[in-house]
Parts: sequence; structure tokens; C-alpha cells
Amino acid sequence: MNFLTKYFKAQIEKLGASILDVVGGLGRFSNFAFLCMYWMFKRPFRTKLGWEQFYFIGNKSIFIVALTAAFSGMVMTYQTYLGFTLISADGFLGPIVALALAKELGPVFTGLIIAGRCGAAMAAQIGTMKVTEQVDALEVMGISSHQYLAVPRILATTFMMPILSTIFLLVGSVGSYVVGTKVLQIDGDLYFSQLGVFMFISDIFQGLIKATVFGYLIAVIGTYQGFSVKGGADGVGKATNLAVVWGMVMVLIVDYFLTSFLVLIL
Amino acid sequence: METNEYAIEFSHLIKNFGEHRVLDGVDFKIHKGKITTILGFSGAGKSTLLKHILGLLHPSSGVVRVLGKDLSQLSEFSLREFRQKFGMLFQYAALFDSKTTFENIAFPLVEFTKNSYDQNMERVKELLDAVGLHERTLHRLPSELSGGMRKRVGLARALALKPEIILYDEPTTGLDPITTKMVNDLILETAVRGRERQMTSVIISHDIAATFRISDYVAFLDHGKMVEHLPVEEFKKSQHPLVRRFMEL
Ligand SMILES: Nc1ncnc2c1ncn2[C@@H]1O[C@H](COP(=O)(O)OP(=O)(O)OP(=O)(O)O)[C@@H](O)[C@H]1O
Ligand SMILES: [Mg+2]
Repeated sequence: MNFLTKYFKAQIEKLGASILDVVGGLGRFSNFAFLCMYWMFKRPFRTKLGWEQFYFIGNKSIFIVALTAAFSGMVMTYQTYLGFTLISADGFLGPIVALALAKELGPVFTGLIIAGRCGAAMAAQIGTMKVTEQVDALEVMGISSHQYLAVPRILATTFMMPILSTIFLLVGSVGSYVVGTKVLQIDGDLYFSQLGVFMFISDIFQGLIKATVFGYLIAVIGTYQGFSVKGGADGVGKATNLAVVWGMVMVLIVDYFLTSFLVLIL
Repeated sequence: METNEYAIEFSHLIKNFGEHRVLDGVDFKIHKGKITTILGFSGAGKSTLLKHILGLLHPSSGVVRVLGKDLSQLSEFSLREFRQKFGMLFQYAALFDSKTTFENIAFPLVEFTKNSYDQNMERVKELLDAVGLHERTLHRLPSELSGGMRKRVGLARALALKPEIILYDEPTTGLDPITTKMVNDLILETAVRGRERQMTSVIISHDIAATFRISDYVAFLDHGKMVEHLPVEEFKKSQHPLVRRFMEL
């Protein structure tokens, strides 16, 4: 009996501790996000740093985004064709693929890529600065490390994501068109014929909103992980890992809720 | 004009981290224009005390006055501005590793003055000279400098805005004996050079021999209490049991 109560007590304590852990983590995260928001609107605006990050993110990911886009568009077309040709619905191929690219594949795949490449880089850069006291050095000089390090990265990613997502859509569509007309021998006119009927400006808009939200999330998570680093080099490694995992998971989770929300309002 | 012989005053400073009381009623004044070293065992609360001087941490209770100002009365904004009166040399120099020597030293100038590039260059060369570095190093990255050189660059950066108070957190921990001597000499030279403008130096250290060589005042912190604070010659003769134990280590 004594043993049982002890066992349950230990289990409940463990559960309680992990709940406190999660709640505490969420609290610290929202606090961080709020602080960054505050510093975003404070002078001096770090425009130069923002542009630097903008180029850094664009440069680091544009090629891999284009590559992923081309092959996603191509394979998507192939698979859809296999199904649609059975019911002689070849004319729907173009719009279906374009819709998928604009609303889902573009923002989500770009988000996953950016989380892997840039979210990780942010956590590593800021984490290294944290453990080598460079973050403290900024604060000691009276410069807000949030404003100097986090805000430019958050803004740059938020604005870069919709651009990359648009590139994804364009390159993916070209890939799809090439496979559709050259490999699967669909008529070029037929490929485009239904596009105006099924695809609206609001679909593209929905994709852009998603990409923007993902960009913001990835950057806030990445920079937060960087600032939370404790200890030495292995702390940086851990934070980098967490930035990627949480960045990707959040893209997928938020995608679902954002979709259901946008369907309602658009 | 207000004159005050103390640069920094702590009264009844208490700091708790959760349940853990790290500073336990510190009453302590640091003389203006002098070198004061704070000694103490690891975990005594020395770095925590230093962070209170900078306003990076806020007291649980008690008052910290720096240059006559009660830090708790300053807004977040004025506190940040106030920090321009400080220079700090970190244990591993904390240079920005994506910036060259020039960019590191000029960083506070770029941030807080309206100087032209040429004016900054002139000031940076002056500072390089003061810390004994050659102009060759101007466009090198921190990764291309030795530990001792990095310390010099860090000190030059700390001095860029002519601080009224310069802080050193364990400036020589982890350095070889020759570099240690060099850094200590540099601290002394810097203090001598800053004497006419009443620059105050505060050092946190474990190195007793160096402390006795360069300090004007020595204080001993133990478990969040300042147990001894004397001019260096008197401190050497202190009979406080903890201080004796520390000196005999
Ligand atoms: N932010 C913090 N949160 C919780 N505890 C802290 C924090 N900062 C310091 N402490 C605790 O306060 C105590 C004193 O730390 P501090 O860094 O001031 O010691 P120190 O005298 O500088 O030691 P050392 O010589 O090792 O640097 C330690 O027990 C430390 O764990
Ligand atoms: Mg310390």
C-alpha cells in the first residue's frame, strides 16, 4: 500500500513537473515574442541589418526552393495525371496542380525548407553569441539584443517567405507544364483552359498569408532558441536542433488551423 | 556641480533568485577614480553584484547608486543610455566575431556618436595605440587574433566612449602567466591614463598577487555579504578568518 501511494505520488509529481515545464516554456516564449514586437517599433530601426538578413535568407534558400518546387510540380502532375486520365479529366490537371502549389505545397514546403536552413542558422548564430557573451556585450553597451539580433531576422523572414513561396509556385508550375505537355502529351491549350475557372486571386492570396505567418513563426522560434541557449557548444547544438524541429512542426500544425480559418474568411 | 567621492554605492542590497538568496544585504561603497578589486570564492555573488552596477539585474530590495543616480529611478530607456558611461571587459573579450578589429572598436562610436568614418578611424587608431596593438590588426577578424590580442581589442572597445567606470569580470582567468601579466599591466596603465578624468575601475578577480599589485582598495564578498573592504595595504593584514583562508589558498 505504502509502495503504491509512493508510486502514484511520484507519477503525479512527474506529470505536474512536465506540465509546469510546458507552461513555463510557453510563457517564456510568448514573453519573448512580445518583447520582439515591442522592440520592432522602437527607434533606431535596424534597416541595414534587416536587409542583410533578407539577402542572407534569400541567398541561402532560393536555389533549394526552386529545385524542390520544380520536382514537386513535376511529380504532382504525374500522379494527378494517372488518376485523372482514367476518368478523362485531363483538362483539370493544370488548375489542380496550380491550386495545390499556391495554397499548400508552396507555403508549406518553403516553410519546411526555411525552418531547416534559416531557423537553424538563427539559433546557431545567436546561441553562439550568447555563450561567448556577445549578447551581454550588446546589453552592457545599452543596445537591446532583441532589437539588434532578433527583430531584423524576424522581419526579414516574414517578408522573404511570401516571395520564396511565390517563386515556388512559379517554378513548380513550369515544372508541371513541362511534364504535362512534353512527357504526358497533354495539349498546351487544354492545360490552361480551365485555369481561370478554378483558380482565383484569393487562392494565391491565401498562400501568401500562410507563407507570411510561417515566416514569422519560424524566425521567432529560431531566435528564441538562440537566446535560450545555456552552457557551451552542446547547448548551441541542442538549440539548433530544437529550432528546426519546432519550426517544422509548427508549420504543419499552424497550416491546418490557418487553412480552416482562411476558408471561412476568404 | 555635485561632487561625490564614491562612484558606486550599495545599501542593503538583497537579491533573490527564487528561493535562493545570492546577495544578502550588501553595504559597500566604491571610491571614485580608484581601482577596487572584489575577491571571493566561486558562487559568492560577484558577477551578480557586477550586473547590479550595470542595471542588468534589479535588486530584490535595497538601493544601488551609480555616479549619484539611484538606478531604480531610471526608466528602461534612460538606463540603457546611462550604460554608455560604462566600459566592460569580458572574460573572453566577447568580441563580435563577424566584425573586424576596427568594426569592433568603432562599434560604440557608430552606435552612439555622429562621427564620420574618418573621425572613427582616428579614434580607433588612438585606442589601438593605447592598448598596444599594431595597425596591422585593424582589418582582422577575432578568429585571426590571439587570446591576448583579443583582450586588448576588447579593452579598446570598452574605452571607446571614454567611460567613467570600467568593469572587469575575471580579466585574467584562463590566460597563461605571460598574458596574465600583460593584461594586469594593461589594467593598471588604463587606470593611470584615466586618472585625470576620475575613471573608476572595478575588477572581479581570483588572482591575489595581481590584486595586491594593482588595486587601491580590496573587498571580500562571501555568501552575498561584503565581509571586508579596506585599502590594499590594510587588506593584506586583515585578520578575517575567511580572508586569511582565501589568501592562503
Ligand atoms: N540568473 C540567475 N538565476 C538563478 N541563479 C543565479 C543566477 N545568476 C546567478 N545565480 C546564482 O547565484 C550564485 C552566485 O553567482 P555569481 O555568478 O554571482 O557568482 P560568482 O561569485 O561570480 O562566482 P564565479 O567566481 O564562479 O564567477 C550562484 O549560486 C548562481 O547559481
Ligand atoms: Mg562570476
